[in-house]
Amino acid sequence: MRPFTYERAASAQAAAQAAVAYPNSKFIAGGTNLLDLMKLQIETPTHLIDVNHLGLDRIEKTPDGGLRIGAHVRNTDLAADKVVRRDYAVLSRALVSGASGQLRNKATTAGNLLQRTRCPYFYDMSKPCNKRKPGSGCAAIGGFNRNLAILGASDACIATHPSDMAVAMRLLDARVETVDSHGVTRAVPIAQFHRLPGDTPHIETVLQPGELITAVSLPKPLGGRHLYRKVRDRASYAFANVSVAAVIGDGFQHFAFGGLAHKPWRVEAAEARAAGRGAADAAEVLATGAFEGARGSGHNDFKLPLARRLVRAVVGEATGG
Amino acid sequence: MSDPNDVTRRTLLAGSAVAAGIATAPALAREPVASRKTSSRMTPKMPVSLTVNGQAEALTLDPRVTLLDALREHLHLTGSKKGCDHGQCGACTVIVNGRRINSCLTLAVMHDGDHVTTIEGLGSPEKLHPMQAAFVKHDGFQCGYCTPGQICSSVAMLGEIKDGIPSHVTDDLTHVEFSDSEVRERMSGNICRCAAYPNIIAAIREVHEA
Repeated sequence: MRPFTYERAASAQAAAQAAVAYPNSKFIAGGTNLLDLMKLQIETPTHLIDVNHLGLDRIEKTPDGGLRIGAHVRNTDLAADKVVRRDYAVLSRALVSGASGQLRNKATTAGNLLQRTRCPYFYDMSKPCNKRKPGSGCAAIGGFNRNLAILGASDACIATHPSDMAVAMRLLDARVETVDSHGVTRAVPIAQFHRLPGDTPHIETVLQPGELITAVSLPKPLGGRHLYRKVRDRASYAFANVSVAAVIGDGFQHFAFGGLAHKPWRVEAAEARAAGRGAADAAEVLATGAFEGARGSGHNDFKLPLARRLVRAVVGEATGG
Repeated sequence: MSDPNDVTRRTLLAGSAVAAGIATAPALAREPVASRKTSSRMTPKMPVSLTVNGQAEALTLDPRVTLLDALREHLHLTGSKKGCDHGQCGACTVIVNGRRINSCLTLAVMHDGDHVTTIEGLGSPEKLHPMQAAFVKHDGFQCGYCTPGQICSSVAMLGEIKDGIPSHVTDDLTHVEFSDSEVRERMSGNICRCAAYPNIIAAIREVHEA
């Protein structure tokens, strides 16, 4: 690791102020992704701001019947929370399908949203990567792209977002709450939180420099059946090839997908077209409408038919078909 | 398509050439390269207080020191192992404030005031922890390198089942119970290159049933 200085922030706003004062700084909470990347010198912050002691580790009901999840609630605690298991089961299911027990004990809600791609060329310092080194090129396009994006990608980047949790958060219409160095707060709908790569794949979210995530809030429960299906190269402790989060209720089907794009993928217009139809019919509408514009890069062409089959399988499972 | 291995080889060769260059330059060879390169950029060391296996420890550490390196290199508790150093193998698993974590993926300075239990704190050769005794009885290892991590992980993992924390193979999220498939899923963060997995599961099952 490159040398860095370290401080424990005393408040969320103080953390944001420190991040502005040290331009090459990073917040650290669980650290399971950041330290991995720092050891490889893919991330080289010169100052770390430890945000583990800000009291952002509680899960509370909100006045509108939803749930407010502190930014630093550990993945294990979020998956095991009684209200989450009962009312937002798709979130529990997504969380426990990711990483290992040890990592989930450390990894946080906010950190999970901010984790970086596992594109092999992002990790390989000997290769060009527009995300790691803007303007250097993309070795993944035309390279070994088996687990990379088929939707929303660009000529600059075909990386995927690796999170399972974020897929469920997208499905549940979560809002990402933040504070900046002036104490100004805002809540960003998760649909707008992650960016598509475009020609600036190194900018992954809409967070401004120094802006700190304080919580992720969920609207009131949807009801319905909650499912999370993850297809991967081994049965446990692997990133998704394709994953699907679904809540299927009376007359509605919500679907979000992981492993396909630079952000959790969801097409509400397709869900609207499928609403009110019979199960088999709705599945066909979604299997077509959710993936319009999909384009493989060769090795990852299998993801489109796989994702479509997952939609049909999940609808079948939810409706007993 | 380009072959990723090709460039890895080239990188390796480039690295070797640099190393060879240093070895043949007497002026450079007299001074350790690492210290010369980093001396101007060293960061101040920081005090860190830990309670390790019940004993208070006061350390002064570079902030880069991971909890694993603090345990092994500074406290000389070499039971916890460095396998991959990237949170993939689980050999470094220790229990911090009652939770199992990868000690390689966390900084010691982040644990000021924390309670750490390592394999040395679970039991001793004279008085084995029940999980250690079960691993011996069931031959839950061959080379033994992953074993301290496996045992720390197992002990904490049984606590997670008891606490009702669900896993990927839990059918009913509100009803968590012990099974071999639960153990396999929950122990997937601990790799055993000798593939002693069936015996590890037998050892864990015995402790669970005791």
